[in-house]
Amino acid sequence: MIGALPRRPVSGSGPIILLTVALVWLALVIGAPMATVFAQAFAKGADAFLDAFKDPDAWAAIRLTLLMAAIAVPVNAAFGLAAAWSLAKFDFKGKSLLLTLIDLPLSMSPVVSGLVWVLLFGARGWFGPLLEAGGVKIVFAVPGIVLGTILVTVPLIARELIPLMAAQGTDEELAATTLGAGGWTVLRRVTLPNVRWALLHGVLLCNARAMGEFGAVSVLSGHIRGLTETLPLHVEAVYNEYDFVGAFACASLLAGLAIVTLVAKTALERAGRVAAIKGSAA
Amino acid sequence: MPGFRLAFGFTLLYVSLIILLPLAALIARPWEHGLHGFVAAVFAPRTLAALKLSFTAAALAALANVALGLAIAWALTRYEFPFRRTVDALVDLPFALPTAVAGIALASLYGPNGWIGGALANLGLKVAYTPTGVFVALLAVGLPFVVRSVQPVLEDLDAAWEEAARTLGAGPLQIAWRIMAPALAPALLTGFAMAFARGAGEYGSVIFIAGNMPGVSEIAPLVIVGKLEQYDYAGAAAVGGAMLIVSLLVLVAVNAAQVAFSRRGER
Amino acid sequence: MTLTVDGVFKRFGRYPALTGVSLEARDGEFLTLLGPSGSGKTTLLRVLAGLDKPDQGRVFLDGTDFLALSARERRVGLVFQQYALFRHMTVARNIAFGLEVRPTRARPSRAAIRARVEELLALARIEGLGGRYPAQLSGGQRQRVAVARALAVEPRLLLLDEPFGALDTKVRKELRGELRRIHDATGVTTILVTHDQEEAMALADRVVLMNQGRIEQIGAPHELDAAPASPFVFEFLGECNRLPCELAGGVARFEGFAAPALGDANLAGQGVALFRPSDARLDAGVNGDGLPVRVIAVHGRGAVRAVECQALSGHRLTAELPDHLAIRFEPGQRARLTARRVMVDITRGASSKIAMPTQARERA
Repeated sequence: MIGALPRRPVSGSGPIILLTVALVWLALVIGAPMATVFAQAFAKGADAFLDAFKDPDAWAAIRLTLLMAAIAVPVNAAFGLAAAWSLAKFDFKGKSLLLTLIDLPLSMSPVVSGLVWVLLFGARGWFGPLLEAGGVKIVFAVPGIVLGTILVTVPLIARELIPLMAAQGTDEELAATTLGAGGWTVLRRVTLPNVRWALLHGVLLCNARAMGEFGAVSVLSGHIRGLTETLPLHVEAVYNEYDFVGAFACASLLAGLAIVTLVAKTALERAGRVAAIKGSAA
Repeated sequence: MPGFRLAFGFTLLYVSLIILLPLAALIARPWEHGLHGFVAAVFAPRTLAALKLSFTAAALAALANVALGLAIAWALTRYEFPFRRTVDALVDLPFALPTAVAGIALASLYGPNGWIGGALANLGLKVAYTPTGVFVALLAVGLPFVVRSVQPVLEDLDAAWEEAARTLGAGPLQIAWRIMAPALAPALLTGFAMAFARGAGEYGSVIFIAGNMPGVSEIAPLVIVGKLEQYDYAGAAAVGGAMLIVSLLVLVAVNAAQVAFSRRGER
Repeated sequence: MTLTVDGVFKRFGRYPALTGVSLEARDGEFLTLLGPSGSGKTTLLRVLAGLDKPDQGRVFLDGTDFLALSARERRVGLVFQQYALFRHMTVARNIAFGLEVRPTRARPSRAAIRARVEELLALARIEGLGGRYPAQLSGGQRQRVAVARALAVEPRLLLLDEPFGALDTKVRKELRGELRRIHDATGVTTILVTHDQEEAMALADRVVLMNQGRIEQIGAPHELDAAPASPFVFEFLGECNRLPCELAGGVARFEGFAAPALGDANLAGQGVALFRPSDARLDAGVNGDGLPVRVIAVHGRGAVRAVECQALSGHRLTAELPDHLAIRFEPGQRARLTARRVMVDITRGASSKIAMPTQARERA
C-alpha cells in the first residue's frame, strides 16, 4: 500500500515487550480456553470421549442444531439479498431507519432476543391464548428455537451484502436489463457472482452463530432432553450433571466447528481480496 | 430496474415480523402494571445489583480491551513475526466460538481446580464464582471488537506523518501520543462501545463462571430468565428493555463523538 | 552552513539507488536535484534527512558528521509531495509542532511559540488560516503550511521532495515564486527534488542533474544549457531532434551539411546527433546546403512556430522558426534543413532505429 506504515521485523526492547504482552494476553484469553476444551474432552482418554456420543440425546441435539442452521441460514441469506437489493439499487425514504432496524439484534442481549418471542408466543404472551386454543406450540418447542436463532442471526448476512452492493451500484444490472434480461436472470447471472465472496462470508458467520447460539435458545427451549435441546444446550445440561468429559466432548465438536469456520473465513477473505484486485483491473 | 416490489416487500415483511413485532412487545409489555410496575421491576435491589454487575463488568472489560486490543492490533499491523497470520485469524475466535463452549472452558480454567484458577488459589485469589469471574469472561468476548476496529485505521496511517514528525524533532513517545492517538481515538471509541454492548448482554460465556448468587454475582440476563420462569413477563420485559436502552444510548453517544471528531479530521 | 556529500552509495536489495554521489552546497544556496524517476534524487534527499542510511559515504554539515545524527537530531526541514500535514491538528498546531516537541529545557514559551507561528503564517502568506484544519484548505494552501511547518524549527537545511507535484499548473507556478521568495527572505540552504526541468532551471542557483544513481552534471542553469556534459544532459533539458551523423574533430557531418558539435572534441565515429528545434534552420527549395526534407505541417500560433518535416531517410524533424519565416512553408513543400550546433551521442551508433522526436507526438 502506498504510504502505509511498513511492517518491520521485531527488534529493540520496546517492540519485544509489546509483542510479548500482546501474545501472552491472546494466549490467556483465547488460546487457553480452547486448549482447555480439548484437554478436558480427552482427560479420561479417547474411549471416554467417544462414550459421550453414544448418548442418543447427544445425537438428537446435533440433529436439532443442524436443523437450526439449515433453516436460519437460507432464510437470512434470502433476506440479506432482498434487503441489500432494495437498499442498494433503489431510492426510498427511511433507508437509515431500515438499516438501524437490521442492526438492532446486534445490540440486543441474546437472552432478550429469546425473551421477545416469549412475550409474543409464550403462555402469557400476546398470542399465547390463541396458540393454545389452536394446539400450536411455539415457545418451548422447535419453532420457538427457530425464531430465536433467526432473530439473532438476521444482521450477519445483510451487513456483508449491503455496503458491497451499494458500492457496486446499478450499472451492470441496468446493462443486463437493457439487453433483455428479466429480474431473476439479472439476480442470478449479474448480481450474485459479484457478491459471492461477501455472501459466502456472511453465510459462514451466520452458520457459526446459528449453530452456537445459546442465550436465545436457552430461553425458548424448555430444555427437554432429546427434543428441544440444541448441542450448546446439551453441553450445558451435561456439564451441570458434572459429567465434564461428556460436556467437553460435545463442546469440542463445537470448538472444531469454530476452527473450521475460522479457516474457511481466512481462505474466503484471501479469495475475496484476489477477486477484488482482478475486478478492479477489469 | 426490476424486482423492487418483490425485494422491498419481502424485506419489509421480514423486518416487521422478525424485528418490529418482537420489538413492539418489548416496548409495550413493561408497562402492563403501569409505571409503578416498571420501576419496581427495574429498581428492585436484586435487579439493580445484577444490572450494576453486568454494566460495570462490561465497561471495565471493554476498557481493558481498549488497551490490550490496541497492543495486539499494533503488533499485528506493524511487526512481522512467525505465525503472524495465524494469530491474526485467531483474534476472531470469540466471534466464531459458541458462547456455551467458551463458558464451560473458562469456568474450568479459572475454577479451583483449573490451570489458572488453581495457580491463583495458591496466591489466595479467587476468580470463578465471583464478580471477577464475570469480568474475566467478558475480556475474551470483547477483544475482537477492539482489535478489528483499530486494525484498518492502523493500516491506513500515513508513513509520511511519522517521518515528518521525526524530522521535526519528535521522539517515539511524542509521535505515539500526538499523532497516532488522535487518529486512533475514533476507532478505539467504537471498539469500546461495541465490546461494552456485547459484554453487558452476554449470557453463555458468563453464566458458568459467575456464581449466580443474587445480589452478588448474578448477571442481568439471568434475572430476565428468572422472571420468565416465574411468568413475570412484564418484569422480564422491563429489565430487557432497560438493558437495550442503555446499550443503544452508549452507541448513540459514541456515534456523536465520532461525528465531532470527523468534522475536523477527515476529508 | 556548507553541506558536503562525499561518495554516497545506497542499495535497496539488489537495486542500486545511489552510486558514488558527491556534491557540495554553499551556505544559503538553492540547489535542485533534477532527474527522471529512479535517478536517485529522492533517495539522496532522504539520506540527507536521516530517513535512510547510506551503505557507504560521508555527509558533513559545517564539519559535523551528519550521518552520526538521527533524523530527530539533525534539525532539517522536510516538505513532502503529499504534504503529510497532521490531519487532526489545526494549521497553527501543525506549524508549532516542531517547537512543542522540544524537551522542556529547549522549549520556547507559549507566547514565543505563538509569535513564531504568526511570523511564519505571514511569511507563507496564509495569515488568518491558523485555526483551520488541513482538510479545509486547498492544495496550494496546504503546501504553504507544510513549508511553514518545516521552517518553524529554523532548520539548517530545507529539503523539498517534489513539493508541487500534486498541484495544478497555475498554482504550481505561483508557489514556485513564493518558495524562491521565502528562500531569499530566510537565507536557508535549500535543496529541491523535481523531475520537471523547467521548474529546476527556473528556481535553482545550481542544478544537480542525476541519472541512474549518479550525478551527470552540476552547474548553474545557463551553464547546463551552454555546455552540457553529456548527451543525457542535453536530452533531458529540452526537446531534441535526432539525426544520424559522422563525428570527427568536433564537427558532425550529415547528408548535405556539417555542424559544430558540443562536448569532447576528441571523440570520433558514427553516432546520433541531438539538436534543439530552435537551433534548426530551414531554407526553401532544393538547391544549396542542407538535408533535403519535405514539410509535413506547421504548428502553433504566435511569434514562434514549429515546422514539422520528414527527411528522405524517414527521420522526422522539427524546426522552430519565427513567424515571419515560418509562413513561407506549406505542407508538401521541399526544403533544406541545417542545424547550428549539435550534441553527438557516439554510444548509440548511426544504425539506431528511427526515433520519433518527442515533440512531434506532443503536438499532434
